[in-house]
Amino acid sequence: MPESIPAMAPLKRFVVSVHIRVNGKSYAREIEPRMLLVEFLREACDLTGTHVGCDTTYCGACTVLMNGLAIKSCTMFAVQADGSEITTVEGLEKDGKLHPIQQAFGDSYGLQCGYCTPGLMLSAHQLLSENPAPSEKEIRKAIAGNTCRCTGYMNIFKAIELAGRNMKGA
Amino acid sequence: MLGQLGEGAKFLAGGQSLIPLLKLRFANPEHLVDLNFIPDTSFIKEDLGALRFGAMTRHAEIEHSALAKNIPVLHDCAAGIADMQVRNRGTIGGSLAEADPSGDWANALITLDTTVHCLGPDGSRTIHLRDFVKDAYTTALAHDELVTEVEVKIPPKGSSGAYVAFKRSAPVYPSASAAVQLIMADDVCQDAAIALGCVGLTAIRATGAEVALRGKSLDDKAISTAAEAARAAADPQSDMRGSAEYKRQLVVALVKRAIQIAARRVRGEQVEGTHLYA
Repeated sequence: MPESIPAMAPLKRFVVSVHIRVNGKSYAREIEPRMLLVEFLREACDLTGTHVGCDTTYCGACTVLMNGLAIKSCTMFAVQADGSEITTVEGLEKDGKLHPIQQAFGDSYGLQCGYCTPGLMLSAHQLLSENPAPSEKEIRKAIAGNTCRCTGYMNIFKAIELAGRNMKGA
Repeated sequence: MLGQLGEGAKFLAGGQSLIPLLKLRFANPEHLVDLNFIPDTSFIKEDLGALRFGAMTRHAEIEHSALAKNIPVLHDCAAGIADMQVRNRGTIGGSLAEADPSGDWANALITLDTTVHCLGPDGSRTIHLRDFVKDAYTTALAHDELVTEVEVKIPPKGSSGAYVAFKRSAPVYPSASAAVQLIMADDVCQDAAIALGCVGLTAIRATGAEVALRGKSLDDKAISTAAEAARAAADPQSDMRGSAEYKRQLVVALVKRAIQIAARRVRGEQVEGTHLYA
């Protein structure tokens, strides 16, 4: 055994305060500035519906809405969302009732393992809020940033189209 | 501020390239200065025969801008960059300042008369795009200088353009891209600007291909001659996106397609042009 182990320099932990609204609820937290938004959601807010797939800005499993627009929450620091309104999959359901997009993904078998589904539903959310009756081409373009390795996408297209129809009727 | 923080500091714009690079430890800055909270840096304005884009204007804002649609090469480029989520965050100024050889904006904008407005501790200056991009990941910007605005002269009557890129899937950089801007009079090409992306350290102006079109009516023969000249101008590397020969072949196909789309648009046809992927 060496006589003395040199003491490691104390890690300088630098934290900042953020105030982020997630699904209508305020979350004030002290976080490290390097924390990614997806880590904030999963670890600081315990909202684990948002998934980390590739962590390289490819797969879209971490897609959430920031002020209504779909973004990849692994490619943004949480401090950058300070003062913003974030919507995650947990915020889609209202009063115990599934959102029409969630209902349609179930009804159309638009998911298998479900890992990519929260991200896909939020990309679909931006698409349908801008265009409730998208063509298949428009659906393909809107979800091109969301990778699904189970379904082959066909039932996802059907689910988004169905959700659009049901939302229009609502 | 970046001057005070020293050489280890970097500006953060949309972050859609920089944050992945940080995760890979390819970039290792001690400080990041986030530009996202600065007001009035995201805008699209028409002013004195030019379109002016604030540096923090997102690709999606340009994609949906009626003003930018008037210059189709800009719309094609904006609408096909990566995917919806990345277009919602990524910025035109950030893309130019990063100068990735596979980035889309520099290639589309080099076919137009584009000036980059820059601001640093010593004041502001404007740099023409051809002098702005120096090399792969290298621009004329000083370390503590940033892009404030991108100014594009509106092309004259009788012109149109197209931007076509091929990528393996939506979120990745293209394997090759082609930007074409034509000025036509009575079906004869008065002038042409043709640029190639992802097949060199910077976007490459295919001047031989431009010469092959000038003074010609754009029949199949003229277009083929231009595309072959573009192949010769390309200087691709073999990598995971394909072999050098494959990319040269792609350049030929993309240049042909972009010229055809641009020519039809000059005639007033509505033709879709954008990134293609499987």
